[in-house]
Amino acid sequence: MIETAFVGLSGADYLFDAIVLFADLPFERGYIESIIRVSLSVSLTAVVLSTLVGLPVALTVGFTEFPGKRLVVALINTGMGLPSVVVGLLVLFAVSNQGPLGSLNLVFTREAMVISQFVLATPVVTGVSLAAVTSVDDGLRDAAYAMGGTRLDVALATISEARAGIVTAVLAGLGRAISEVGSVLIVGGNIVRADGSSVTRTLTTAIQLEARQGRFEIALLLGGVLVALVLVINGLVLRLGGRRY
Amino acid sequence: MEVQRRRFLFGAAGITAVSLAGCLGSSVADAPSELGELTVGVTTSTYDSGLLDILHSAFESTYGVTIRSVAGGTGETIARGKRGDVDVVMAHARSLEDEFIQSGHGINRRDFTYGDFVVAGPPDDPAGVADADTASEAFARIAATESTFLSRGDNSGTHVKERAIWNDSEALPAGEWYTEAGLGMGQTLIQAGQRGAYLLSVRGNYIDLQDRLDLQLFVDGPVTDGDPMLDNPYGVIVVNPARHDVDYELGMLYVGFLTGTEGQAIIDEYTINGQQVFYPDGLSADPNFDQYIPSTES
Repeated sequence: MIETAFVGLSGADYLFDAIVLFADLPFERGYIESIIRVSLSVSLTAVVLSTLVGLPVALTVGFTEFPGKRLVVALINTGMGLPSVVVGLLVLFAVSNQGPLGSLNLVFTREAMVISQFVLATPVVTGVSLAAVTSVDDGLRDAAYAMGGTRLDVALATISEARAGIVTAVLAGLGRAISEVGSVLIVGGNIVRADGSSVTRTLTTAIQLEARQGRFEIALLLGGVLVALVLVINGLVLRLGGRRY
Repeated sequence: MEVQRRRFLFGAAGITAVSLAGCLGSSVADAPSELGELTVGVTTSTYDSGLLDILHSAFESTYGVTIRSVAGGTGETIARGKRGDVDVVMAHARSLEDEFIQSGHGINRRDFTYGDFVVAGPPDDPAGVADADTASEAFARIAATESTFLSRGDNSGTHVKERAIWNDSEALPAGEWYTEAGLGMGQTLIQAGQRGAYLLSVRGNYIDLQDRLDLQLFVDGPVTDGDPMLDNPYGVIVVNPARHDVDYELGMLYVGFLTGTEGQAIIDEYTINGQQVFYPDGLSADPNFDQYIPSTES
């Protein structure tokens, strides 16, 4: 598992070298690396949690009929459009020193950022997965039951059939998490230690900071790093999925 | 069925591996300082200028305390102090600072540095403010000629000062010519340069960006013997530990460092593009009661 992280980071290394060819960055290499590390650790953790919650919900909602199902689906789909600033404010009020979770001292930490990205990514993972599993032919599930499969076997068969859509759901959730700036800025505080190592600064909040100071070129370069990073992750996940799309 | 289950587990393992790697990275990077952490809400003008990087490095190496700086406009920073989310508040709008102290959330205010504001605008000067002696006079002419003005519009220290000047000028900042950016100082300067608008800017940010801006400085502040109204004093206030669960002792240590000989010397030596924009005023042989006591007039 460490290997996976190294693949991502060495990819970022090459990227950094490539950027240095084009522009003089006014900060150290370690600064960029720690920002990338925070971006990755926060967003990947949030998306894994979102998948652990969202996928079972999608399977349950997709396979069962119950009153109010349309409303639940509508709520999930609405959740995909939650403004990240609003989510950031709600999480801030929850984790703030005066809030209900104040005693946990979560404000301006990566844990708080994971919470807000989890809230943002879960509806995306759930909604897209739901669309994927409901599009699986009923015949497949009937056949799986007929062959004597347990509920778990049937679920796995469906997941396998809807795999492409579920992978897309997870990647869409990741895209939502890693690219948002509104909530992580509010609950994370965009903090870097005096030695230049990131505490809660992500690529997106670093971009926001450079833009605030009028350094648009550097902001754009960091944007390029973010896009390249997402590209690398997409490639890795699709390879792990073991199928060409 | 067996094959499918294996494939599924493989995929799930991959996702878990990626996330565990992420968590691993986070736990390694999160080694907290042994002597504690201090969270300071700071103004964007001091943070973006790079002054705080040097001050905080010196503080950390002297005391072994890690500082977490959360940058924001003065209004935003004081709101963070009122929630107890930061241990110390740095601000440059005396009226908001006084309200913070009077409401019982902040204690032990100290002056620690000052700079000044400037009024800048398009070089062709459509409002004719080049020979204005004061910021109020310049603002009155901008309003009279309805020349485009760009406000920060974010309740930052600069925005508070701007409203005070409008008040003093007795001109009404209303109409299509008066626009609000809702952005930080750097972005507001760049937008003003592109749109040919007048604005009130912290001098440090203006000097930092002036080479890239099509803007001219029209009214100077007190640092260069200009309008005394454009003074820009910065205060540092500790959040009241009787109200909030904050690290009061480390906060006082930080205030002591900032207003002590070492911190003051760092401020005095700091320059942007070869120009000094922050001046130390934390040390004074004569009493300076004003810094502690909220003045009712502002």
